[in-house]
Amino acid sequence: MALLQIAEPGFAAAPHQHRLAIGIDLGTTNSLVASVISGEARVLRDEAGRALLPSVVRYHAAGAQAVGCVAQDMQSADPHNTIVSVKRFMGRRLADIRDAARQPYRFVDTPGMVSLDTAAGVKTPIEVSAEILRALRQRAEAAVDGDLAGAVITVPAYFDDAQRQATKDAARLAGLTVLRLLNEPTAAAIAYGLDNAAQGVFAIYDLGGGTFDISILKLARGVFEVLATSGDAALGGDDFDRAIVDWLCALLGLGDLGAHDMRLVLTEARRAKEALSGKIEVRITAVLSTGRAIDVPLTRKTFANLSRELIARSLKAVRKALRDACLGAAEIDGVVLVGGATRMVAVRDAVRELFRREPLTDLDPEQVVAMGAAMQANVLAGNKAADGEWLLLDVSPLSLGLETMGGLAEKIIPRNSTIPTARAQDFTTFKDGQTALALHVVQGERELVADCRSLARLTLRGIPPMVAGVPRIRVTFQIDADGLLSVTAREQTSGVEAHIEVKPSYGISDQQIAGMLQESCGSAEADMQMRMLREAQVEARRLLDATSAALHEDGDWLLEQVERLHIEAAMHALGEVLETGGADSLKPLKASASALNHATGEFAARRMNASVQRALTGHKLDELAA
Amino acid sequence: MTITLSDSAASHVRKFIDRRGKGVGLRLAVKTSGCSGLAYALEFADDAIPDDLSFESKGVTVFVDPKSLTFLDGTELDFVREGLNEGFKFNNPNVKDKCGCGESFKV
Repeated sequence: MALLQIAEPGFAAAPHQHRLAIGIDLGTTNSLVASVISGEARVLRDEAGRALLPSVVRYHAAGAQAVGCVAQDMQSADPHNTIVSVKRFMGRRLADIRDAARQPYRFVDTPGMVSLDTAAGVKTPIEVSAEILRALRQRAEAAVDGDLAGAVITVPAYFDDAQRQATKDAARLAGLTVLRLLNEPTAAAIAYGLDNAAQGVFAIYDLGGGTFDISILKLARGVFEVLATSGDAALGGDDFDRAIVDWLCALLGLGDLGAHDMRLVLTEARRAKEALSGKIEVRITAVLSTGRAIDVPLTRKTFANLSRELIARSLKAVRKALRDACLGAAEIDGVVLVGGATRMVAVRDAVRELFRREPLTDLDPEQVVAMGAAMQANVLAGNKAADGEWLLLDVSPLSLGLETMGGLAEKIIPRNSTIPTARAQDFTTFKDGQTALALHVVQGERELVADCRSLARLTLRGIPPMVAGVPRIRVTFQIDADGLLSVTAREQTSGVEAHIEVKPSYGISDQQIAGMLQESCGSAEADMQMRMLREAQVEARRLLDATSAALHEDGDWLLEQVERLHIEAAMHALGEVLETGGADSLKPLKASASALNHATGEFAARRMNASVQRALTGHKLDELAA
Repeated sequence: MTITLSDSAASHVRKFIDRRGKGVGLRLAVKTSGCSGLAYALEFADDAIPDDLSFESKGVTVFVDPKSLTFLDGTELDFVREGLNEGFKFNNPNVKDKCGCGESFKV
């Protein structure tokens, strides 16, 4: 406890308010929620003491729904209305889902994102995810006993804008304030980096239920730097279940399973897979709807063979990430295993073999992401970190990219990338013999460069003349910890290089301020235009009124018929512009007004003379002087 | 029901009250806020408030309101030096959980 001093009566300092913030690992198979309580990240459990909430939602005909274990138990009985692994459909179109035919759901090809037809009506993946998030929110509110300041939700590093936005929308639907979306491997790194105060280069091997991510992170003095990321958005524990099912079908000649049986066999396959982490051999037993009984032994060795191809896919991504980071497997100081699927013995063996070291499993691989997210949420909510300072990770609030042919923006660093970060993309020339390339760096989410913010321009010169499309120009975007963007363009064959440094205003709040300023500047100009138009209209009306009054008074005796017609024509012209002119009639309005002024110049002079004469007539000079 | 002061705490409280020039004792309270739910308040007492309970310990009168007492019963107030920092510390047997920042506790 902190030491106290005696205060004057009524002046005892109130302790700081703790703002409750949670971290959510919204997983494909299971979801978790954690919070920092008493300075320690803890996974929050339900009344039954379960940390994992199966990411399963079952819709009933009455419009009600069940989430979690209750829903999971009904997977086999009600496969059409029991949605599992909805994360795979987030922000995806029907065409994006490769194995749609194998899913037991009734997909609806709605624009923007696929939807699912359930007993409770058509549901978007956002709505289904929101149900899961709502369940987690309720669990958290019950556990921490208070209002939540906000949540950090983790997403796979590979999630694109649509998928991230869908996740945010789901959170909003569930009544959560999203403090930040955090990449899952980064969350794992936060959990490990802080708890173990580790330094060095780490590989985060995250094999979850539906996604695989490999991230190479550099940890030094509590600062995380992402060296490279890679992965497979459609590789996870579910695929190992399917591999077992495929093997079973081939072994027993089961042919096409119905939705119900498929669910049943998948459930049994998963049970067998999980049991094999502790046992050498398990039996898969099930009774199909046809009455056929399945009872097959599965050994760890057979399973290792079945999963060899899937694990190889993950290792391929690992090698790619290592290549991107320019590191060899031996240069990795530690491998962190994340995700329930890394409990599989075959996976651990493969990882150990590739990196030639024992992977880190100090923290529960299923909880580590939620714990890291909770730590990040705690800091973002404004609570001081209990164990000293650590650098807050920042993200690039808007996508950074380049202008390409046709005025389109090609995103290179997507929005919400944690910084520091570096991304590279290859470009080429458009015309034969092109020796220079102008690069226009833009920031923003819009598709057209015109709608994005221009940050900088640089020119790469000295490209050897080649046929269009042959030169390989690697453009690297790098954002350092200070938010400084540097862009390097390098022609690979000749090695010519161009480099520029840009300082986009980084912090999200700065960004918002800048946006607001820009917006207000934009409308200020429109406002000014409108104001000038209004002023001109008022002036024109005043001019018309004054002229017609003067004509009525003095027109008959001061003007020739021709002169009078000339003035009346100018009045008519101005009146026409005033009547029909729209928002952009400022110029014609001013021109007509000045034409009328010009036409009445002589008339005005004569009127002036006449009135002076009238005033002087019949007076002596002395009277005037007096 | 008792609240006590350590020798060091008692001598410091007496010294502080003397230096302040007025006051009849010390008021201890528990406020419901902070990260773990409860936090201590330590104030000079200029006069007793009806319903307050008072304890005599080593020449110092300690006032506690009945509600706070349920959280403070058995507490010993100590005066300690931690590094460059000196101050009062509650040795409260009722505390089950403290917050990481050390400003509040749970019973």
